[in-house]
Amino acid sequence: MNKLTEENWDIEITSSNSLFDLKLRDVWDYRDLLFLLVRRDFVAFYKQTILGPIWFFVQPVITILMYTIVFGNLAGIPTDGIPKPLFYLAGTIIWNYFADCLTKTSTVFKDNAALMGKVYFPRFIMPLSIVLSNLVRFAVQFVLFLILMFFYWVKGAVIVPNELVLLFPLLILLIAAQGLGLGMITSAITTKYRDISFIISFGVPLLMYTTTVIYPLSEVLQKYHNYSWFIKLNPVTAVIETFRYGFLGKGSFTWGLLGVSGLITVVFLFVGTVIFNRVEKSFVDTV
Amino acid sequence: MAKVIKVENISKVYQLGEFGTGTISRDLERFWARMRGKEDPFLKIGETNDRSKKGDSDVVWSLKDINFEIEQGDAVGIIGRNGAGKSTLLKILSRVTSPTAGSVKVKGRIASLLEVGTGFHPELTGKENIYLNGAILGMRKAEIKRKFDEIVDFSGVERYIDTPVKRYSSGMYVRLAFAVAAHLESEILIVDEVLAVGDAEFQKKCLGKMNDESKGEGRTVLFVSHNMGSITQLCKSAILLKDGCVLNHGITDKITSQYLSLGASSQLKYVPDIEKAIEKKEIYIKEAFTSNIKGEINDSYGFYENVKVNLTIKVIKYHGDVKIGIALLDKFQSRVFTVVENLNSFYNNLNEEIKIQVEFPSAIIAPNIYSLTIATFIPTVKVFDLIENVCSFKIHDMGSSFAQFEGIDYGSIIIKSEWRNV
Repeated sequence: MNKLTEENWDIEITSSNSLFDLKLRDVWDYRDLLFLLVRRDFVAFYKQTILGPIWFFVQPVITILMYTIVFGNLAGIPTDGIPKPLFYLAGTIIWNYFADCLTKTSTVFKDNAALMGKVYFPRFIMPLSIVLSNLVRFAVQFVLFLILMFFYWVKGAVIVPNELVLLFPLLILLIAAQGLGLGMITSAITTKYRDISFIISFGVPLLMYTTTVIYPLSEVLQKYHNYSWFIKLNPVTAVIETFRYGFLGKGSFTWGLLGVSGLITVVFLFVGTVIFNRVEKSFVDTV
Repeated sequence: MAKVIKVENISKVYQLGEFGTGTISRDLERFWARMRGKEDPFLKIGETNDRSKKGDSDVVWSLKDINFEIEQGDAVGIIGRNGAGKSTLLKILSRVTSPTAGSVKVKGRIASLLEVGTGFHPELTGKENIYLNGAILGMRKAEIKRKFDEIVDFSGVERYIDTPVKRYSSGMYVRLAFAVAAHLESEILIVDEVLAVGDAEFQKKCLGKMNDESKGEGRTVLFVSHNMGSITQLCKSAILLKDGCVLNHGITDKITSQYLSLGASSQLKYVPDIEKAIEKKEIYIKEAFTSNIKGEINDSYGFYENVKVNLTIKVIKYHGDVKIGIALLDKFQSRVFTVVENLNSFYNNLNEEIKIQVEFPSAIIAPNIYSLTIATFIPTVKVFDLIENVCSFKIHDMGSSFAQFEGIDYGSIIIKSEWRNV
């Protein structure tokens, strides 16, 4: 046996792996799988339904209708002067994207145990496919938002988009990273202790009230100035506010707010990556 | 030949019992030990994996210090009894789980087939599933596209290719799934007893396909099965595992016979696990062994010797029409013949032990390794006790006319045939 070939191993399987390495090269090699998984989620969603992809619209439409009636009219919460349905829709589609990424990623090991227990592929593919599938959904709902925006503009509402619209790709990246990061952190615990998945299932809808989906940040600043840090610290708040400000011309946007949100996002993603890498190696034994 | 797999000191520890409130304190303790740079306190007390014995700790070594090397182009069978660590080893090699200690070094792409149809989505059509399943197994889209027609052809379900797989019969499902897997182009293929499914014709086709693959293209195959027949057919060498350790590694024939004798030496006489037997069985087999004409318990007999099967049966509750059956199994665990008798003809009193002796005639059972499956039952109504694959024994060739064919499988029985010129 000559020495050269001895050292030329392609794969080395050991008990521990590098914590910060998401094996992106491997992920790249499996990119076809990633797209097929996204496609599967999209296609399987509307198989054997009559309305098909229209179902992507139904949920947000009904939601904003309810919000308009309950929060807008009944409770009379102001909306920064933006037409109420438009205001709620902006918050809802972003929040939904975040919440879907979070809840789906948090149970990624549990849900795919049968698959991951039988065949190897870079595990990071799975949460990535969740984020991308939900992005498709988000894109469809974003089109709905644009249609509604056009509708109100024709009706003569004051909607003045500004240059912050250009931040849109960054906002998407931020919100996806937040859902992914937080999801990966919780995914580790749900494999062994199912308790966390209960907390997630009722906690995430409640968490919506700690960010500016149904009320504007300006209202919080005015009424509960001393406690507004809590709402501001929620990294989703900055994304929603920037989105509204950019597209609809109203909202409380500061670079500071967005910067803090970005910082928190990076922390989430970092911690999530470390935890995910620790767990993916042998979660099969405990799930 | 170059080495493609090198397994060094692989060990794997599993925790028994349930995960629950008790485990969180242990997790914390383990975390604390790691923080101080100490060893995991729960690993030290691990025990050898013997499934039938109750251990003192709830940590178990499923694999312990496994070492072996596999060269390119080899087809290697992995055999061992249930719980010997075969599946754990495959899981580690296919990177589904990681070892607790040790390392595996691999050259080339590994594809593992621990199950057929992993990741099939019931709502998607056959075509969509071919792509998805192929990608999960590590194929590129272009690769699948190139082989698509071949895959469909191999599976033989062309007509249904645009129908969701949830409408498939289970046989069609397996055919399609295996067709995808059979067209994998990895340097190393890991297969776990997936051939146990599908109809005989298709099984043969798959074995054939795997055979060309391993022989033709310098591909390495690792194959786990309980079926000694397909192991011998497919593999040049084999690894025998016992209680998580490698017992032997060598030429298939030698290893398979060692595997079979493994059962025999430890179980000359069958006696049930007492707790288990008393549990619920109303009529159970208390003892079973084979003996020669002199009445000595044995596990090897000459071809011209009679084999006597001795049974002790305990009747706790009376039932009419109870039968006792004995089947002779060959080394592939297929039945050679079965004998059945009414138990009532031996029956005297309740709670009494019935002792029965059955004699098999000499000069019929061909020299080879056999075992017995014994059952007490009421036909089509109830099985009281069923013990499988016990009392393994060997028939030696004592100079029959077949001695010249020793080592060649010439069947399980030898009959007297008359030949004449017409």
